[in-house]
Formats: sequence, C-alpha cells, structure tokens
Amino acid sequence: MTAVVDEEELVVTHEVIEPPVSARRRRVRGAVLVLTGLIIFFAWGLGAKNGEAAFQVSQAFDKYQIPVVRFPGGGAAMIMGSIVVLLGIGEMVIGYRRAWWRVAVGVSAVLFVVGFLCWMATGDPTIPLGLTGMMQQTIVSAIPFILGALAGIVCERSGVINVAIEGQMLLGAFAGALFASAASNLGAGVIAAMLGGALIAVLLAVFAIRYLVNQVVLGVVLNAFALGLTNLGYQSLMQSDPNSYNAGNTLSPIKIPLLGDIPVLGQAFFDVNIITYITYALVVVVDIGLFRTRWGLRTRAVGEHPRAADTVGIKVRGTRYRNVIIGGLIAGLAGAALTVGGSGAFNANISSGKGFIALAAVIFGRWSPRGAIAAALLFGFTDELQTLVTAVTPPVTIPSAFLSMAPYVVTVIAVAGFVGRVQAPAADGEPYVKG
Amino acid sequence: MSVTTEHGGTDDTAPEPLDEQSSAPHGRRGFGRRLLDAYLYGQTWVVTLLAFVCALIFGAILIAIADAPTRTASHYFFQHPTDTFSAAWRAISAAYSALFRGAIFNTNSLYSNGGVPIFLPISDTLVNAAPLILGGLAVTVAFRAGLFNIGVQGQLIMGAICAGYVGFAWHLPIVVHVLVALIVGTVGGALWGGLVGLLKARTGAHEVITTIMLNYVAYYFLGYLLGLRGYQAPHSNEATSSFIDKSAQLPNLFEDLHSGIILALLAAVLVWWLLSRSTLGFTLKAVGANAFAARTAGMKIERSYITVMLISGALAGLVGVCQVLGTRHVVTQDVDAGLGFDAITVALLGRGTPVGTVLAGLLFGAFRAGGLAISSYTTTPPDVVSVIEPVMVLFIAAPALVRGIFRLKGRGGGSGVGQLAKGWNG
Repeated sequence: MTAVVDEEELVVTHEVIEPPVSARRRRVRGAVLVLTGLIIFFAWGLGAKNGEAAFQVSQAFDKYQIPVVRFPGGGAAMIMGSIVVLLGIGEMVIGYRRAWWRVAVGVSAVLFVVGFLCWMATGDPTIPLGLTGMMQQTIVSAIPFILGALAGIVCERSGVINVAIEGQMLLGAFAGALFASAASNLGAGVIAAMLGGALIAVLLAVFAIRYLVNQVVLGVVLNAFALGLTNLGYQSLMQSDPNSYNAGNTLSPIKIPLLGDIPVLGQAFFDVNIITYITYALVVVVDIGLFRTRWGLRTRAVGEHPRAADTVGIKVRGTRYRNVIIGGLIAGLAGAALTVGGSGAFNANISSGKGFIALAAVIFGRWSPRGAIAAALLFGFTDELQTLVTAVTPPVTIPSAFLSMAPYVVTVIAVAGFVGRVQAPAADGEPYVKG
Repeated sequence: MSVTTEHGGTDDTAPEPLDEQSSAPHGRRGFGRRLLDAYLYGQTWVVTLLAFVCALIFGAILIAIADAPTRTASHYFFQHPTDTFSAAWRAISAAYSALFRGAIFNTNSLYSNGGVPIFLPISDTLVNAAPLILGGLAVTVAFRAGLFNIGVQGQLIMGAICAGYVGFAWHLPIVVHVLVALIVGTVGGALWGGLVGLLKARTGAHEVITTIMLNYVAYYFLGYLLGLRGYQAPHSNEATSSFIDKSAQLPNLFEDLHSGIILALLAAVLVWWLLSRSTLGFTLKAVGANAFAARTAGMKIERSYITVMLISGALAGLVGVCQVLGTRHVVTQDVDAGLGFDAITVALLGRGTPVGTVLAGLLFGAFRAGGLAISSYTTTPPDVVSVIEPVMVLFIAAPALVRGIFRLKGRGGGSGVGQLAKGWNG
C-alpha cells in the first residue's frame, strides 16, 4: 500500500549562498574598475580631438543602407567613463553579487572598447570608421582563440591540463597548409589539420595518463617539439618547393541569404568561411554537451573526483583519452583557421602565442564555454588593433610596437586584474592511479 | 652491513619516488656484472643514457625523412631498397658527424699548423653552453619553489636591453664599466621576473600565462627601442643598437670564448649553495613541495614567490648580459635566439639540480655548436636539433617509457623535477 505523498514535499528548493568576497578583494576589484573608468574619461574623452565621431555602418554593396552615424566623440567617451567609474565606486562601497559583478565587468569592457573607437573616430569627419570591417576582422581573429579555448575546456574539464594548445594549433596549421597544397584539396587540408592537432594530443594523453609525466611540463615540451617539427618541415619541404607544399589557397566565404544582409553583424557573422560556421556549431555543442548530456556529466565527474567516478563505474582513463583527443581535433581546426581558413600560406611559428592566449581565455572564462568566448572576442579585437589603426589615422600616432603588444598586455590585465584566484576542476593535472 | 644508495645523489636532488628502482643484488660483484645489473634493474643513469639513445634514433629517422635524396630514393623503394638505405645512412652519418665535429673535435684540425683549431669546437660548445646554463639555473630555481618560469625569454631581453644601454650609453672606466653593466642587466631581468612573482602573490595569476605574455611584451618593447633615436645605432636604418664599448665587453678567455662561462659556473655554485645550504633555499623548497604545509609552518608563501622570481629573473637577465656583452657586442631583435625555451629544456633535463643543469647546459651547448656545423657541412636543416632536444626531454621525463622499450625492471614514475611544478589550483 502506497502512502499518499504531498506533491509539494517533492519539490526541493534551495537558496544559493555565495561565499562572501573579502573587503580587500572588493576594494581592489572596484579600484581596477574605477581606474578603467578614469582611463576612458581622460584618455578617450578629454584626450579626443574636437569634433564628431563618425562611424560607417553600411558598406557600398549592402542591401540596407544606413547613413553614417555621427555624435560628439569626446563627450560620449566622457559619459561612458563616468558610468564605469560609478560602477567601480559601487563595487568598492556596496559590493555586488556575483552575477551583477560579471555584468559590471562586461559592461565596462564594452564601454572601454566603444570609448576607444570613439576616440579613434573623432577628428577627421571625412574618413568614418568602418564598423563592418572592424567586426569582420574581430571575428576572423577571434576564431582561433575560440576554437583553442574550446579545445582547452574539453580537455581540462576531464582533468588533463593542456598547455600544448599552442603546439596543437601550430602542427594543425602546418598540416593543413601542407596537405591542402599537396592534395590540391582544401577539405583534405582541414582534415589533415585536425589530425595534426590530434597527433600532439595523443602524445599529451599517452605521456600524461599512462606515464604520469607532469602535465604542465609536458605541455611546454610538446610545444617545443611542435615548433621544432614544423620549422623542420617548413625548411625542408615548404621553402624548397612552395608551389607543391605551401600554395596558400584559402577557403572562400559562404553567405547565408537573409541573415547575411543585416547591416553590421550580418557581414561579420554570416558571410564567413566554413570553419567559422563549424565554430558556431561547436560552441553550442560543447556548451550543451558539457552541462546537459551524459558525456558532459561524466567528463566533469572525472575532472572533479576521478575516484568517485571510478567507483560508480565510469572509465576514468578512457574518458580522459577521449577528451584529450577531441580537444586535439578542435585545436587542430584552430590551426586550420590560421592557414587554410585565414592567411593561406604557412610561416614559421604562425601561431606565435595564440594557443597561450586561448589558454588564458579558458582560465578567464573559468573553464566554461561562455566566459571563454567573451574573452576570446576581446583578445581577437586587440589582435586586430594594428590593422584597425592603419585603416584610420588615430589622433595620436601610436607606435606599432605597442599595438602588437596590446593582446598580450590585455591578457595579463584580464588574468591578473579580473580573475584572480581561480578554481580549476579539482582533479585537473593529477594523474589517476587505480587502487 | 652497509646499504648502498642506488642513485648516490646529494641531498639536494629533487625528490625521487622511493621505489623507482627495484632492489638489485648487493654484495661483491665484478665490474661487468655490475654493469649488466645496472641495465637489467633500470638504474637511473642507465635510463638517462638510453633516453639519450632513443632521442638520437628518433633524430636519425627525422634526418632521413628531411633529406631530399632519401625521399626520392624511397619512391622506387621496392625496386632498389638499398638505395633508400644508403641515402638515408649517408644523410644520418653526415649530420651526426658534423654535429660531433662542430661540438667536440674536428678531425680536420689535426692537419693544420698550431693548436688553436683543435680547441675551437670545445670553445664553441662552451660559448653556447654559458647562456644555456644560466637560463637553466633560472628555471631550476623557480621549479624548486613550485613555479614554472617560462618567461626566461622576456627576462633575458630586459636584461639585454639594460646591460646594452649601460654598455653603449655610459662611458665608465675599464673594470667599473663591465661590472656596472652586468649589475644593471641582472637587475633588469630580476625586475621583469619579480613582476610575475608580484602578480602571482597579490592576485593569484598563474605564472604560465603571465610569463608567456610578458615575453611577447618584452619582445615588442625591444623592437620599439631599436627604432628609437636614443637607442638605435645612429645613422643606421637597421634594427640594431649602438656598438657596446670595448670597456663594457666581457673579457675573452680564448678566441671567441668569453668569460660568460665563468659567470655561469659561479652562478651554478651560488644556486647550489642557495638551495642546499641556505635558509632561504630551504623555505623555497618547502613552498615548492607543499605550499599549504609551508604556510602552516609559518613561512610566507607570497614573499617566497616574489623572492624566487626575482632570483630567477636575475639569472635570466644574466643570460641577456652574456649575449650582449659577451657574444654579440650589440643589441638586436634576435638577442633571444631561442635561448628562452632551450633554458626550460635544459632545466628539465637537469632534473632540478645545479649539477644536472650544468651538464645539461653543456650537452645542449654542444648541440647548438654542432647544429651550426650541420648547417655548414650538410644539407640537413639545423632545426632537426631543435626537435631532438624536446624528444630527449620527453624520454627523460618518462622513464617508464624507456623502461618499457628496453624491457628494464623497475617501477616508473614521473621525472623528479616534474613533480614539483603545480597545476592551476596550486
């Protein structure tokens, strides 16, 4: 005989109690925000030339023509700076809840970038700043970071630290360019790139999981290995015979009919090559997969408490092998985005630190796809600053060296200033030994 | 009855897993028997030697693949297999003999008059080894405290910038000049490293990310300086600084061999003393072994991080000083020349001890000197050396793999120094 159970008793409610942030940490975070706001106010606001900021929203062949947007650039930047300063003061005095703090950081980052653009666009009204081209370039630069970050997330969530994203990307870029040229088939190049990344991933998996080598050390060594190998290949194959091995063909963009006509975003998001579309799909797949599927649950279990997962019957080593190799495939695709989907020909060390920036995006996003994407977009934007600055003459000549430095400086500030002590998956980096 | 210690290390070796070697029989054995037992029971030095051999074999395979005649011969492999093998053997033996001739001893020099050319290869090895030893020491010191200093490249660039500036812009009397340049260069590198330590201590930012980012910042900053009026060589369009004064250059010992090697060996002694005989070294090792236990014992972890990164950055700055005041006498964009990353592989090969680092530095210096000879005497790309090095480290770091290949006994674990570096949560 079954007892009558009240429906309401079956519903479990819980309130989320967030760990309190120490007063000192709140003040530091608020101070960083205030500092950012002051930079916006003084540098982009008061430091702007007199006149209007002009932004070009539509290009010549667009379906919908929108006139050039004009408004006083310096004034707008000053308003934005004040908003950010107020947000910072709010954090220092009151202290936000975790979700609101993230909103505040996001808003400040956006206003920083917009303020910078206003500063750049003010002064010379005859040359408006082309927003479309800027968005396009940002997306193009961000794709390797996004893919690299996804690779890192998939790998690290299962408990294997992946510092070798750089090496996977580099070998992927090399293999992609090589096979696309040798087989005269761009698809073959993309597949070869993914396999190239997977090769480094297999080495990472075997040495980390089976031979218990320290994973950070292993990642650095694998990066050096990939660099040496690709340099060797470049010198012996590509430099001697570039037409056969490094022809440099690229994927052509595919435009989605209706979405591609939206004024600024359509051109940037929906008129891109296939690797970018795959990236969009992967972002959704990884995000849903990690948090709403069985695979994701097992992955996270193995990454947090492998012994418990093993007790329940999940194969820890098999899961880790699988995830590391999937990560390698994705990172190889990132490498393809650099050559086959990007500039075309392979150059020595073409990735030049992008894998590490992707790793920083993983940490910045706290091992979740959404945060990592936001970070990757920011880094992609700073990566494109050099092109942007040459297109529009800025009010003050910025030496190109400082523009080249920008993505790296921004990464340091992001990781140090806004992230602080992070909580990686609990078993990240610890090899699992049965028994 | 005495118990023989199997690995015979001093007390400052990085902690090895206790059961790494299974017990070989003790007691009186002939020399040949002892050698055989060393092989069978997988003693550490045997595993190291075999790892070395494995890496050389892997390199040989790469040399054969990279060699164009071998590739063409392999197209008709099934008709004339001997052609492929003989072409491969030619390429491999040419490359490795060039390596030997460039690094250790050039047989042709016996026919020349005078004794100088006989020692030139060794001198080249030592010149290349000095910055590698210093860089390896920098990484080793950070390793022992649990930090991963990948920023040797950036720190050496900053050291080179500072030392170079003193070298060509300040004009001081003869001995004072070189000493001041040396000190300023060291301080420059130390500050760049200390920045990383400060960020780690205050904000928890992981040093892997910050060091790599600061590498690029330093690289581009150097590029900026090399186009700046006060720094760039006057009346020159090239990205190079003015020439270093003669009074600031490191004195030469023999042909091209400058006293950087003396600096490197002194630094090794200093690091040995620091790690095994000083209180600070004990603190650093304790923090590296278990930061939480060290904190419970009352040691200040944050201060240790900053201190160790200052020391590590200073050693890395000395690398830049060697390059600028010793080898090149001018500051250029490629002052790093791959030393930054090679320093990491040297430190890993040296297993966290100063002695090991010196030996590993000498080995890699030999590779570098030999690599130049490979590019001069053969058609093999010299980058094959830069693949052999990380492969060697991989084999060293995974003794279980080497044991597996050669069917040696003994339980494998990770490499001793590798176990000290922390993941993201540490």
